[in-house]
Amino acid sequence: MSIGRAFLEALESLSGNKLRSGLTVLGIVIGVAAVIAMLAVGKGAEASITGSISGIGTNLLFVFRGDQADNVRNPKPLTMGDAQALGDQFAAPSIAAVAPALQGDAAVSFGGEQTSPQLFGVTPAYFQVRNLTLAEGELITEEHMLGRASVVLLGPEVAEGLFGHTDGITGETIRIEGQPFRVIGVLESKGGGAFGSEDNQVLVPFTTAQTRLIRRSTSDRVDISFVQAVSVDVVTQATEEIAQILRTRHRTPVGADDFTIFSQQDLLTTFQSITGILTIFLGGIAGISLLVGGIGIMNIMLVSVTERTREIGLRKALGARRRDILIQFLTESSLLSLIGGIIGIMFGWLISFAVGQIASASGTAFTPVVGIDAVALATIFSAIVGLFFGIYPANRAAGLEPVEALRYE
Amino acid sequence: MAGQAADLVGNSMSNVIEARDLRKVYKMGEVEVEALRGVSFHIKSGEVISIMGPSGSGKSTLMNTLGCLDRPTSGEYVLDGEPVASLNDDQLASIRNRKVGFVFQSFNLLSRQTAITNVELPLRYSGNLEGRRERAIEALKAVGLEDRMTHRPYELSGGQQQRVAIARALVNKPAIIMADEPTGNLDSKVGSEIMSLLLNLNKDFGTTLIIVTHDPIIAEQTQRSIRLRDGLLESAS
Repeated sequence: MSIGRAFLEALESLSGNKLRSGLTVLGIVIGVAAVIAMLAVGKGAEASITGSISGIGTNLLFVFRGDQADNVRNPKPLTMGDAQALGDQFAAPSIAAVAPALQGDAAVSFGGEQTSPQLFGVTPAYFQVRNLTLAEGELITEEHMLGRASVVLLGPEVAEGLFGHTDGITGETIRIEGQPFRVIGVLESKGGGAFGSEDNQVLVPFTTAQTRLIRRSTSDRVDISFVQAVSVDVVTQATEEIAQILRTRHRTPVGADDFTIFSQQDLLTTFQSITGILTIFLGGIAGISLLVGGIGIMNIMLVSVTERTREIGLRKALGARRRDILIQFLTESSLLSLIGGIIGIMFGWLISFAVGQIASASGTAFTPVVGIDAVALATIFSAIVGLFFGIYPANRAAGLEPVEALRYE
Repeated sequence: MAGQAADLVGNSMSNVIEARDLRKVYKMGEVEVEALRGVSFHIKSGEVISIMGPSGSGKSTLMNTLGCLDRPTSGEYVLDGEPVASLNDDQLASIRNRKVGFVFQSFNLLSRQTAITNVELPLRYSGNLEGRRERAIEALKAVGLEDRMTHRPYELSGGQQQRVAIARALVNKPAIIMADEPTGNLDSKVGSEIMSLLLNLNKDFGTTLIIVTHDPIIAEQTQRSIRLRDGLLESAS
C-alpha cells in the first residue's frame, strides 16, 4: 500500500467526521501555536534586551568609586588623573578610549517648560565611547572644554519636553540651574537602556559642569569613567588593566579595591541566561498544552477504533495483516497532528505578530522572532505526539481478532 | 495468479479442502466449551457445498476455521494444498487474501467508499497492485454491476450491495468462496437472484462455493450438504 494512498484514505476517513476531527486538530493547533508564540516571544525578548545592551556597546566598561559591597572605608574618589592614566596606551593596551564624566541632576528650563533630566559633564571622547550620534548640530569639542563654554547637547526626550519637537532647536538658549546655555545639538534617540532612558539626558562640557553646575569637594574629581575596550574579545584584559592601574594609583591592598569595574559583557551574559530560562519555561508550559492535545488524539483514535471494529474485522478477513491496520490508524493519528501542526504554526506566527504589534503600539520596540528552529521543533514534536498517542489505539486495532471484530455490533 | 488458476484447472478433481479431526475449544470464563468435537471431511475443487445446522451446532466455528479466520485447537486443515492449522496471524491473513473470498449476511461494505474501491480492497492487501482497477472492473462486470461502479453503498439496493460484496470476494480469484447466510438480509426474490449469481459464478469460474445457511431451499440448490449438530458431523450427504 503506497504512502500517498494511505494518506488519501486517512484523509477520507477523517473527513467523514469533520467536527470531531476538527476539534481534535484544534487541541494540537492550540498546543503548537502556544509553543511557537511562546518561543517567539522569548526570543524576541532576548533579542530586544541584548540588542539594547549591545546598543550601549558590549565593549564598554564602567568604572566608578567604591566597591560593590561597601566594605572598603574611605574609598578614594576617581580623578581626572586616573582617567588620563587609564588612557595610557602602554600601560593599558586593551583600552581604546576613556571618557570621564560628572553626573548629576539638573533643573532645565525653556520658556515656561521645565524638566529634570540627568546631567552629564563630558569630554569629547564620551561620544565615541558611548556610541552617540547627533540628530542635528555639533558635538562638544576641546575648545568648548578649554573655554568652559555654556553650551549643551539635549537628549531627544528633553528636547521634546522643552520645545515639543526635536528639530530646529540648535541655537536656542535654555537655562540649567538658572544659568543660560546655548543648545548646540540634539542627540539621536537610542531608546531605553540598562540604566534608564539614555534619551532623557543633557550633556555639557566636563569643565563647565565641574566649575559651574556640579560642585565636588575635590576639584578634579570624576564620578564615573566610561572605558571602551579595543574589542569585545579583550574586555576581560581591559578590566584587568584598569584594576592594575587604579590599584597602583590608589595604593590599595590586594582584594580591597576602592573602585568597581562593571562590563556590559557581564550584564549581557546575565540577561541572556535569564531570557533563556524564561524561554524554556514558557515553551515548557506551551508544551504541556501540546501534550494535552496529544491525549485528545489518543482519545478520539480509541473511540474511532471501537466504532470501526467491524471495518477492522472486515479488512482483516480480506487479508489485511497486523501491520496494514497499524499503518492505517497511525496514518490517521499522524495526519491529525500534522494538520494541527501546520495550522498551529501559522496561528502561532499570527499570535507572535500580534504581540509584536501590540508591543510596538504601546511604545516598546519588541519584535517576537519566529525562528526556523521553533518551527522545526513544533513540527517534529507534534508529529511525535501524533505517532506516540496513535500507537496505543492503532495497536489495539491491529490486535483485534477478525472473528470477534466481525461479530461486533 | 495465472499459474494458480492453471493449477486449479489442472487439479480440478482434487480436494480443495481437507479437514481431519478438527476440534475447537473456547474458554468462556471458567467453563470450556467444545464447539467442534472432531470434524473430518473433504471438499473437491469446484464443488458447491452447504453447511447447515441449528445455532450452537458449531456451524460458525467451522466456517471461521475453513475461512482461515480462526485456528482449530487441534486437527489438520489443508486448504488448496497448504496446511494452515499452524500458521501465524500474518500468514493466515495472506492465505485469506489469496485463497478465500468472503460473502457476509450483512454485506460489510465500507460505507464511504465507492463500489469499485470496495472491490479493490482485497487487492490492496495482496501486494500486487498492477492492473487492480481493471481486475475490479472485471469482477464488477461478472456480477452485472458495471454501470454502478462509482456508486456508494447507500446509493445501492440490498441486492446490489451483495453483488458488490460478491465481486469483492471474486476479485482475487480465490480457491473458495465462503458465503455466510448470503441471502439472509434480502427478500426471497432478490435472494434467489443472488443464489443463482453465486451458482453461475461457480459454473463459469469453477470456484468452490461453501454456503452456510439455515434455509433448506438454499441447501437444496447445492450439490452436497454438511450438517452439524453439537460440534459433530451429523451427515455429509
